[in-house]
Formats: sequence, C-alpha cells, structure tokens
Amino acid sequence: MKVNEKAKKESVPLTTGAVILEPGSTKKYKTGEWRTYIPIIDQEKCIKCGKCWMVCPDAAIFKTPDGKFMINYTYCKGCLLCEKECPLKAISHKVEEK
Amino acid sequence: MIMAEKKVISGADGMAIAAKLCRPKVLPMYPITPSTLIPERMSEFVFNGEMIAKMIHVESEHSAISALYGAYATGVRSFTATASQGLALMHEILPIVAGARFPAVMAVANRALAGPLNIWNDHSDAMSERDQGWIQLYCENNQEAFDTIIMAYKIAEAKKVLLPVMVCVDGFYLTHAYEPIQIEDQEKVDEFLPEYKPENFLDTTSPKSFGGFAQPNTYMEFKEAEDKAMIETLKEIVKVNNEFKKTFGRKYGNGLIEGINLDDADYALLCVGSVCGTIREVIDELNAAGKKIGLIKLKSVRPLPVEDLKILCKDLKMLGVIDRHASIGFGGALTNDIKSALNNEKVLVEGFVAGLGGRDINKEKIRAAIATIIKEKEGFWLK
Repeated sequence: MKVNEKAKKESVPLTTGAVILEPGSTKKYKTGEWRTYIPIIDQEKCIKCGKCWMVCPDAAIFKTPDGKFMINYTYCKGCLLCEKECPLKAISHKVEEK
Repeated sequence: MIMAEKKVISGADGMAIAAKLCRPKVLPMYPITPSTLIPERMSEFVFNGEMIAKMIHVESEHSAISALYGAYATGVRSFTATASQGLALMHEILPIVAGARFPAVMAVANRALAGPLNIWNDHSDAMSERDQGWIQLYCENNQEAFDTIIMAYKIAEAKKVLLPVMVCVDGFYLTHAYEPIQIEDQEKVDEFLPEYKPENFLDTTSPKSFGGFAQPNTYMEFKEAEDKAMIETLKEIVKVNNEFKKTFGRKYGNGLIEGINLDDADYALLCVGSVCGTIREVIDELNAAGKKIGLIKLKSVRPLPVEDLKILCKDLKMLGVIDRHASIGFGGALTNDIKSALNNEKVLVEGFVAGLGGRDINKEKIRAAIATIIKEKEGFWLK
C-alpha cells in the first residue's frame, strides 16, 4: 500500500504544529507489526515470578486475574528480553510468520 | 508602567524594553556576547519587580531554546536572545519550535561563528539558520530593532502564520551603539498587541500531546503546511507594518523590503542590516555628483519577498548584493537567494562577501562595489 493511501485510510488529523488532540492515542499504534521474533510462554513451566512482566520495555506482558502472565502481541516488538531473563527458560521464540 | 519618551540608550537596552512592553511571561536566557546586555537588563526588570515574568537561568543556549519551547507548550508568550555560537547550539531545537508552530520571538545579535574565535559582527550565525522555519527580520538601526520586536510578536501570533521570529540586529554596531529611541507607552503597546491566547496548550483538564512522531505518510504534509504559512507571512508582515504605522507613526518600507533612490537608477546595491545606513550616505554623495545609484534594503530574509524584489529590480541593469556571510566555496547565502529569486529576470546579480568577523564595511568599500557593478564585472571578497 502506498503511504499516502495509508494516511488517508487511517485519516491521521493534520493539526497545526502536529498537536495530538486525543490523549492516549499511541494505543492505536500497533507496534507488534515490527516483530521479527515471537516469544512464547510455556504456561506449564511458568512459576509466575513476574520477571518477564517487569523487564518488558513495552509493557506488553500483562497479568490475568488468575495470576498467569500473557503477552499482548499487538504491542510486543519481539526484543526477547523476557526470554533472556526468564529463570526457568519457560519462554522460547520462533521466527514470526507474516 | 513605561511611559512614552525619547531616550538615548543602547540597541540592546532598547530591545529589552521593547520585549518587556510585549509582556512575555517566561524568559529562558543565556548570556552571550554581543547579546548579553539583553538578558542582563531583563534580569533587572524581573528583580526590580518592573515585570512579572519567570526568568530561567539556564545552563546553555540549548536549554534556553528548549525551555522556550516548554513555555510555549504551556501557552504563554516568551522571549529569549542569543548570538553566534549560542544560536548554533540552539540549532537542533530551532526547527522543533517552528514545527510545533510556536510564535516565539528571539533577538539575535549577529556575530561571526568560530573558528578562529571572533566575537564581532557578521551574519554567519543567522544566515546559517535560515532554513529552519523561523521568520528572519533584519534591522538597520536601533529604533527599527525596538519596533521590530513589537511587530514580531504580532506577525508570529497571527492565526495564518504561527511561526517563530528571529529579530536580527548587527552585534556591536547596533547592540552597543547609543542612539535616540522613541519608547512607546505600555497602554498603546497593549492595544496593538493583545494577550496571546493559543488554541492548544498543555492543560490537565484537556490533555493533548506536543512533540509527537510523524511517519513518512504525514511528515511531508506538516512541512508543507509550514512552508505555506511562511509564504502567507508575506501578507501578514505588510499588514502589521501598516498597522504599526497607524498606531506608532513609523514604518519600514512595506515591512519586507524597501527601495531607495531606485527611480531612473540602472544600478543598485542590496543588503540587510546596519550597513544600509552607510550605503544611504554613499548614494546621497554620488547623487550630488550626478550619479544615480539605488539601494534595496531587505528586511525580511525569510520569507523572501520574491515578487516585491522582482518589481523593484525590473528597470535595473545590475544589482550588487553585499553579503555579511560566506557560504564557503559558493559565494554568500544572501547572494545565492537573490540570484535564484531573480533567475528569470533580465537584471544581472553579483555578490560581494564583506564585513566578516567585524571587518568594517566603510564608504570606500561601498564605492568599490558600486564601481564594479557599474562596469558589470564579477563580484569578489570585499576586504
């Protein structure tokens, strides 16, 4: 898709001075598209220590009400810090297929 | 309260008083020769309670311009002043202020750039920043500097403009020269320049983001909008110049450019800043001797009034540009701009790089430049 068509489709508002009038608009920016590697948590091995949740630079790991840690792939850029830090090697990765 | 009166003061004092009359609320300033007198004076104003403003003693010019950006993001009028290396250090933030469309005003006391180190006047500092989205207005004398500060806020804050302004004055030649300046009274300035009320500013009750990120699909559109606003500024400067004349009784050409002694002249010089005064004298002397030489005093370098320039040059055979700046290896910036603006006109344009690092541009040098253009010969470094 050409960039101009993309801008049209997303209807980016061209405000004076590029002011963003809507707070929290970065949520719409789906940075997960950048990913090359996709981390996967093995819930069987996970002891719910929360280290991955702490180190994730994009706050893309979240805690479910039953205490599980899950990855929000909409924003996960695949840096694999979580995999490196996981003390039980419960996190592995694959090459993202697009 | 400042009352209208005529005072013999330095150019820097005049600019500080003019800025005070515009009621800026934040003053992030870092002293650098030859602009130092401006922050000094404004510091005194704040300390003495003569003006209600926050003076921020920043640690560098990079911080001064960054704090100016911050002040404008909160929606208040602000002011700063700098020169030379200070302006060069601000370089990174200059297009960010313009891109945010903050109508800031900054006094620039034009000074050479190192190296070798030199504290004296030329236009290397400001000319190097002419592509950063700032309006650039140059002044011939201290009254003009005083008036231009007041006009600058009105131009910058116009809805169709919203671009920052550099008010450029020749370091030492103007900043440290004592001249009579007509100080205007506060009420009259308040009437001319109403309170600054921006549409968007940082406000916890209505959150907005400034300084966002633009992707390839929008960045160019933002820059195009800036470019269009800069061209729109041409009309606004003319309008403000006329309004200023109505309120205060003084004006500077059409606000952008002024033609002097051009009727029936075949040859003319074009320049910006204080050297216009010297050229006026030389052309008066030549006039008395029966030689007709014109002068084009350019006030607005950005936006460049191309159409006005073409009209002023339509009957000229040759125009000589006195450039207080060298675009090393390719003439001077002003010459190159003027040449490109007059590309399709019949007038020949030649440039003279002169007055670098405080070298005096005296009458003799002006006469040498005039002698060259009359012979329609090439320009050179007028040392």
